[in-house]
Amino acid sequence: MAKVLVVTSGKGGVGKTTSTAALGAALAQRGEKVVVVDFDVGLRNLDLILGAERRVVFDLINVVQGVAKLSQALIRDKRLENLWLLPASQTRDKDALTDEGVRSIIADLRTKFDWILCDSPAGIERGATLAMRYADEAVIVTNPEVSSVRDSDRIIGMLDSKTVKAESGERVEKHVLITRYDSGRAARGEMLSIEDILEILATPLLGIIPESQDVLRASNVGSPVTLNNAASAPARAYIDAARRLMGETVEMMVPTERKGLMDRLLGRRAA
Amino acid sequence: MNAIAQPTRQLVRMRGRSYVAFVFAPVVPIVGWLEEIDATLARSPGFFAGKPVVLDLSEAAIMHLVASLEQRNVRVLGIEGVDPVRLTASMPPLLTGGRSCVLMQNELKKPETKPKPTSLLLENPVRSGQSIVFTEGDVTVLGSVGSGAEIVAGGSIHIYGTLRGRAMAGVNGNSAARIYCQKIEAELLAIDGYYQTAEEIDVALRNRPAQAWLEGDVMRIAPLS
Repeated sequence: MAKVLVVTSGKGGVGKTTSTAALGAALAQRGEKVVVVDFDVGLRNLDLILGAERRVVFDLINVVQGVAKLSQALIRDKRLENLWLLPASQTRDKDALTDEGVRSIIADLRTKFDWILCDSPAGIERGATLAMRYADEAVIVTNPEVSSVRDSDRIIGMLDSKTVKAESGERVEKHVLITRYDSGRAARGEMLSIEDILEILATPLLGIIPESQDVLRASNVGSPVTLNNAASAPARAYIDAARRLMGETVEMMVPTERKGLMDRLLGRRAA
Repeated sequence: MNAIAQPTRQLVRMRGRSYVAFVFAPVVPIVGWLEEIDATLARSPGFFAGKPVVLDLSEAAIMHLVASLEQRNVRVLGIEGVDPVRLTASMPPLLTGGRSCVLMQNELKKPETKPKPTSLLLENPVRSGQSIVFTEGDVTVLGSVGSGAEIVAGGSIHIYGTLRGRAMAGVNGNSAARIYCQKIEAELLAIDGYYQTAEEIDVALRNRPAQAWLEGDVMRIAPLS
């Protein structure tokens, strides 16, 4: 049965789009049929991260307004035949999204895909609430710092009250994904520890993605990090998280960079 | 005598029999006439006991009854059970075929006086941005209260997790209300309008079980031991 999963955070810049692309690619690599939907109308990014920006013809708003058919707007990934993108419109804003339009698109996508990953915009306004509206599951992307954690807490409260599932008395299954984690800085007390974050959010952990240059490198070449360098520490962490989403039990660990000798000597750290 | 007619199919013998019956012909004014009957009954209470009575309603009597009812603001819609030939054009029309029905007494149902709940129990954590307002009494939270969340209670507030948000107890002027929490990292504590912000709360109390109460107009916070 198709699962609608929203990737959300409240706060901007924590890695929602990166995580959507990486998880989507990781799920597709494991044979699942996946569509990633960009809900960030007006500030679309997911097409860039997936390297599909030059193939966008129609977008989510066109489909909502009936200008284009869903099949016309869906873009198939060139590397993974199981991965599709439904891009957002860059020329419109979030007001162009309607509850009814989103409902019908999600219902349509449910019949075609195993996973529907909704990349939520930052904030708690229309775009974010509509991205989570029809979700069955949610990945809350959180950075190990207080403002991100508090915003995530707020988003979890909204997932428990503003979604269709919550309104019908069910629960949206929630997972916390900690990104940009630096174990060295956490050990020195410069970052919130995993325990602190989980204690505050009282929500199960999906994975810990280490801070890494590989993430930036991958997005610069328009490739999900799980595709670009599957052996890198963040890619392994995302792949583990995707396996957990599929119901597998995978031991929780913080993958570390395999530092070269030069890196060690120069004390180079991912910034 | 058995009043219930049994549906038996026996041969019935008919016999004629005549009885002496009183015929009551009400005269106007009816009230006076009824008083006469009352007086008769007062003199000999058993006078009509067991005796058949026939009521003779003459045209005049019906007219009078209708008129006197109208005087009392009762408008008669129709007359039932009277020979149609006895009704004149000035009288209400004859009604037939009416079926009896039970008139429900529309008594004002007293709303069941369920005692209003005087406490509110929240089993889930209160998230940032949520505001719980319960002015009727105490609020108990089994989880934590997130930073940026607030609890407003008419009575006391009990938090079995960490209090990171705001807690406002005794908002209706209840200065005896208190705030209890398993771990205090509150942004603001208030009781009956007296408040302390995080800055004013003693650092030594942080991360410990604590309670807050009012002593006069000074808020006290002490660890729970």
